Amino acid sequence: MIRRFGPVWTAPVALGLLTLVGLVSALVGDGVWDALSALALGSVAAVGAWCSLRRPKSARRPR
Amino acid sequence: MTPLYLRRWSWIHKWSSLVSTVFMLLLCVTGLPLIYHHEIVHALGNDTEVPVMAPGTPRADLDQVIASGMAAYPGKIMMYMSQEIDEPAVWNLTLGDNPTDEHYKPLAVDARTGKLLAEPAREGGPFMSMMFHLHVDLYAGLWGKLFLGFMGLLLLVALMSGVVLYAPFMRKLSFGTVRHERSRRVRWLDLHNLLGIVTLVWALVVGATGMINTWADLLLKVWQATELAELTKPYAGLPPVTKLASMQQAIATAEKAAPGMQVGFVAFPGTPFATPHHYGVFMHGDQALTSRLYKPVLIDAQTGALSASGNLPWYLSALLVSQPLHFGDYGGQALKLLWTLFDIATIVVLITGLYLWLKRGRETVARPVEQRIGEAV
Repeated sequence: MIRRFGPVWTAPVALGLLTLVGLVSALVGDGVWDALSALALGSVAAVGAWCSLRRPKSARRPR
Repeated sequence: MTPLYLRRWSWIHKWSSLVSTVFMLLLCVTGLPLIYHHEIVHALGNDTEVPVMAPGTPRADLDQVIASGMAAYPGKIMMYMSQEIDEPAVWNLTLGDNPTDEHYKPLAVDARTGKLLAEPAREGGPFMSMMFHLHVDLYAGLWGKLFLGFMGLLLLVALMSGVVLYAPFMRKLSFGTVRHERSRRVRWLDLHNLLGIVTLVWALVVGATGMINTWADLLLKVWQATELAELTKPYAGLPPVTKLASMQQAIATAEKAAPGMQVGFVAFPGTPFATPHHYGVFMHGDQALTSRLYKPVLIDAQTGALSASGNLPWYLSALLVSQPLHFGDYGGQALKLLWTLFDIATIVVLITGLYLWLKRGRETVARPVEQRIGEAV
């Protein structure tokens, strides 16, 4: 289990931390803090969009 | 992870999700327009046009402001008055037939001239009002709220059990894999896992703060029954307030009691934020965080004398700080857009989850989850 923790959980933990940074920073202040928040949450959203929308070139949809 | 352990978590995930899915879909869909509440109310022409005046134009006497509102609806009483931090030129008045009137009348009064500006539609007009009620209480008051709060709790259980199940499903896949070459069911399983884990922390925070929000009425009742009841004790046996003290003076007293803060809203006697004998004047700061932390100043509504000032109990402060984390209204347009994207991703997770259950097939039902994982990877 320990051996498998890294490969499975590295990305989810990193995205979770980014989300937390994004959610909290806009609460702390305006201006720079809002920008940091948008950057952090935006990168999480971008990862989700990229992984779910990309199509491998060779992929053929089965019927 | 042992097969038995896995089967239990799978059962928990399946049932917590199935019971709450329809309501979660409703909350996600009705939540979308609520993110853009201000913009939609503006587009529908339901907001107030505020005349531009030179900066530093003196503000009208507050008793004049109240008189203007009351004159428009003789017979009604004042429930609340409030002002937005970014629109100090307007006092929003709420009038009703009684202090807890659900069919209250919102009015906008110019803070500089003291004249009635507009009669905004209640809850932003019929469309936004419907979205609001479907999202907040299903038109069923406190019990509707508590029911949706319980659905929120089930969502949290579904999210946590989903995390437990994520690992065995992903042990042979690299992060973000969507197997387009496989059947639709496998593709949608991958999408469900991917978007579920990407939106996890957002969904946990929005779900938990939404659940806390459903307890707002209860928490106010606790405050009423404890600290406010203590304040009301000396008034036992006294008749209700006959002539309300000057609001202009009450605000001046409150500003002295909370230096450096400004009035957020005033609750009139008998409303849930005051006592039958007090004005509840809620002062706040103008920074991102301090604007959420209200300081209540209780003022004798008959004499205008200061009765008490202090901080809200921790549970009400926690509620107020948790609200922006649910609404997504604290970081400008960028945050609203991100709230929209995460909301849509959550809708995809709900629909793919429902699809996976509908298309489980007859054999799948008979086969335990550990075999299905083996097949899926």
